[in-house]
Amino acid sequence: MRAIQYAAPSTVEDAVAILAEHGSDARMLAGGTDLIVQVREDARDTGVFVDAKKIPELMELSVNADGSTTLGAAVPCHQLYNDAHFTATYPAVTDAARIIGSTGIQGRASVGGNLCNSGPAGDTIPPLIVHSAVCNIFGPDGERTVAVEDFCTAPGRNVLADGELLVSLTLPKPPAGSGSHYLRFIPRNEMDIAVVGAGAWLQLDGDTITAARTALGAVAPTPLFVQAAGDALVGMTADEDAFAVAAGIARDAATPIDDMRGTIAHRKQLSYVLTQRALRGAKARAQGGSPTNGH
Amino acid sequence: MAIDTRVAPKIKHHDEEYKVIGTRPIRHDGLEKVTGEARYGSDINLPGQLHGKVLRSPHAHARIVSIDASRAEALHGVSAVITSADLPDPGDKLTTGGEAPGLPVKFKSANMLARGKVHYHGHAVAAVAATNQHIAAEALKLIDVEYEVLDPVLEVWDAMKPDAPVIIEDLYTAKADGTTADEPSNVAAEMLYEVGDVDAGFAEADLVVDREFTFGVVHQGYIETHNATANWLKDGHLHVWCSSQGAFTIRQELADLLNHPITKIHVVPMEIGGGFGGKTTAYLEPLAALLSQQTGHPVKMAMDRADVLKATGPTPGGYVRVKMGVTNDGMITAGYANLAFDAGGYPGSVVGAGCRCVFAPYNMPNAKVEGFDVVVNKPKTHAYRAPGATHAEFASETVVDEICRTLDIDPVEFRLKNSAKEGDWQLAQPPYPRIGHIECMEAARDSAQWQTPLETAPGKKRGRGIASGFWFNIGFTSSVIAKLNSDGSVTLLEGSTDIGGTRTSVAMQFAETLGIAIEDVDPIVADTDSVGQTDVTGGSRVTFATGLAAHNAANDMKDQIAEGLADLWDVAADAITHADGTFSANGNSATVREAAGLLEEEGVFPIGKNTVTPTREGGAFAVHIADVEVDEETGKVEILRYTAVQDAGVAIYPPYVEGQMQGGVVQGVGWALNEEYVYDDDGHLLNASLLDYRMPTALDVPNIETIIVEVPNPGHPYGVRGVGEVPIVPPPAAVANAIHDATGLRMSHLPMSPPRVQAALAAQA
Repeated sequence: MRAIQYAAPSTVEDAVAILAEHGSDARMLAGGTDLIVQVREDARDTGVFVDAKKIPELMELSVNADGSTTLGAAVPCHQLYNDAHFTATYPAVTDAARIIGSTGIQGRASVGGNLCNSGPAGDTIPPLIVHSAVCNIFGPDGERTVAVEDFCTAPGRNVLADGELLVSLTLPKPPAGSGSHYLRFIPRNEMDIAVVGAGAWLQLDGDTITAARTALGAVAPTPLFVQAAGDALVGMTADEDAFAVAAGIARDAATPIDDMRGTIAHRKQLSYVLTQRALRGAKARAQGGSPTNGH
Repeated sequence: MAIDTRVAPKIKHHDEEYKVIGTRPIRHDGLEKVTGEARYGSDINLPGQLHGKVLRSPHAHARIVSIDASRAEALHGVSAVITSADLPDPGDKLTTGGEAPGLPVKFKSANMLARGKVHYHGHAVAAVAATNQHIAAEALKLIDVEYEVLDPVLEVWDAMKPDAPVIIEDLYTAKADGTTADEPSNVAAEMLYEVGDVDAGFAEADLVVDREFTFGVVHQGYIETHNATANWLKDGHLHVWCSSQGAFTIRQELADLLNHPITKIHVVPMEIGGGFGGKTTAYLEPLAALLSQQTGHPVKMAMDRADVLKATGPTPGGYVRVKMGVTNDGMITAGYANLAFDAGGYPGSVVGAGCRCVFAPYNMPNAKVEGFDVVVNKPKTHAYRAPGATHAEFASETVVDEICRTLDIDPVEFRLKNSAKEGDWQLAQPPYPRIGHIECMEAARDSAQWQTPLETAPGKKRGRGIASGFWFNIGFTSSVIAKLNSDGSVTLLEGSTDIGGTRTSVAMQFAETLGIAIEDVDPIVADTDSVGQTDVTGGSRVTFATGLAAHNAANDMKDQIAEGLADLWDVAADAITHADGTFSANGNSATVREAAGLLEEEGVFPIGKNTVTPTREGGAFAVHIADVEVDEETGKVEILRYTAVQDAGVAIYPPYVEGQMQGGVVQGVGWALNEEYVYDDDGHLLNASLLDYRMPTALDVPNIETIIVEVPNPGHPYGVRGVGEVPIVPPPAAVANAIHDATGLRMSHLPMSPPRVQAALAAQA
């Protein structure tokens, strides 16, 4: 019978000390919606649970002087979609926050936890990538920052070294005339894991795309920043032809596997379709409207 | 929010008016269940109780070279470890209870704890009892099992090949002609049903459609996982509390598996959180009993969801071929079907039932149906709501739809023209009694959905499909004991475990017959010591058969009350009349309540009882209509609207009938669109969780419109037909036919999941 330890530090420094002491046997506990399930199902062997929720920096959601937003790693999903400024500013992130698990899960599950779980299908990760979010990491050697697209390294793995802790994410202030959207494909209509997820962010000058980022989930060992798709869109008119070009690039970039949740062929096709739909939604939001193509 | 108080339409084909039957009283078990007071298996906790857990095979097919439990036994807190060596050798005994009697007990025994070989991923290999669940779980990790891994065989078409690895080395096919094969194989049994001259029938046909269909394995998906608590006393009495569809069946299986006298086994059926055919057999009960016997303590066991999906009995995957011939004016001339179902790791699939249903909705004078029961390296399969019928009729109703399209005949007209009716041929059975397929089809035709053209939407692929379904229902044995209390109320002990609300539907028939209010009947689901023999709750039999027993017991009580009053009133018992709940003779009269008081003073307490094994169960028909929208880009199918029509005979408690219809549709839609076991090439089940075994959620099905048709069953005093199973039969075909209407695709595999639909759309383009 495995005895476990629970720690609830109140400072980042204390948390780092505990993590450093216990190494890979310790895990940060935010909402616990992944961690506790994994431990119960014997999918992860964790001896020390370090509660994130007593550390103010990890629970912070605030707008900085330069207009960027600091999102504490343990802030639960429900807080995001109940925050009018956040929802208006980073709509793709709240698109994801609204569809993770159920309402009850969203009361506990955090964006930072979703990122640290580093599942290829993590719903909040493509939206963070398209919003150019940056991870603020603290560890025994101090602070460092890593772009979200560089954070995950393999299924369930990321750049955090033993003793390191994701404190928060910084999301830059989006420029005027921009919009974003995230959507996923699931065989059912709720309570499921993305077969493919796609996020898109567009900045428009009139009808012309001046900047764009797209990202995919569940089609590679890590959430995938499809930089070439966004780059190709710059300078193009934001229309179906342009979106088809970007969608084609996304489909080619996807390297999915066959598993119980989907097939390679289906995931390739979904990479195309969902990128197209995400771009349509991002365009609608950039123009002050809202996406119409639902799931 | 407005509460929908709409009462769904009911179409009566009889003139009977009842006082209790057909009303909507408060169900007897309702308050207990909504307040959480109802007691389920996991609520049992006994002093000194130990906790048991099962070690399961990580391989689909392997020889067990050795099992060394010494490290587990040495762990502090572990009281016992058992393997198949602790189960008695069953010899050549055959099973008796359950839905499929007559199978060798040795197979059931080996399925409880693997004997020499594991036959599927998740197969039980050993079990431990310890002072708590955590120690038990730890002990499992300390049991050292050495396996010699063998090649698995996963699909029936592979298992039937002559060079396939043989899973059970001494399994010789029981052939349809009564002979036995000379060489062992994976085919446990062949069956053949034939009527008329099928070759002549096909020769008469202007159009022959011949199609093949395949099926993934699906699970019943009951919410409550299996559990059992056993207490083996020093005098040999064994008490078992469990979640089962049949307490008497569990008692019989325990007697068979443990070589223990049936009189010493006492099984208490707890409230049950769903079964759908999957709780008709023992899994944990014999293990808990053995562990209790060895430790001298009560032992409690419960499965988690992964155990349930891996190691209980899902319903088979397999293969169905259907060939039908018709004339140009749309009359069926012949049908041929070939069904091969996977039995799982041991013989005994539901293929025979599928054979009986495949052409059942139609008057088909020439037909031949072949069935094959095939052992593969998957969990031993079991019944699931109209077992076998859904596979079979998915195939035949898809072929019927194709015939209608090809000949440009309206699918309702075609089915009305060819419908089976009273006196027509029924496969391997006496001719049909009065049945309601035509009435259901007419009700479907006249329904709001069928009469409303499908709304089109730009850029959307929408379609409508219709399909029939049949399930034969079963009778089996049922018992009730009714005690008249001094205040005129009745305590009704009935032997059927209550899954679908049957304690109320049985009590209503008792109240109707005796002429008392339903509130005056207190129905109790009794244990095996307290009521007569009662077979499993299955085959949609309880409201029919146990209801009949209740009706007979009410008549028995009526006679006893009349005899008591006869003494008091000084008349002959047969001079006393009974009408509307009042006994009268010679100017005397007494209601049941008054009679109970009068008899109490005389020391007379009537007990009505009955045990019955009825055989005239009638058959159940359903007709369903599905409107769907297919996302051409993703292959996802949405159900837009759904109507279910069903002949209930007479609906005793209409809300339960509607609930069964809607529940069957939900499960059928899940089967149609997403549910399936996913295996890797080595036979590992990859999706043993409700995350990845995708049953529909509340957002995946629309409100299901129900229309109850009442064509009374002549084989029952109140006309009851079983209602629980047939509503799962039509949905996959109705959805498939709607997908065809929307896209032109003919899907030939269940489930019609998004990757499959998308791949088919891509191939079409």
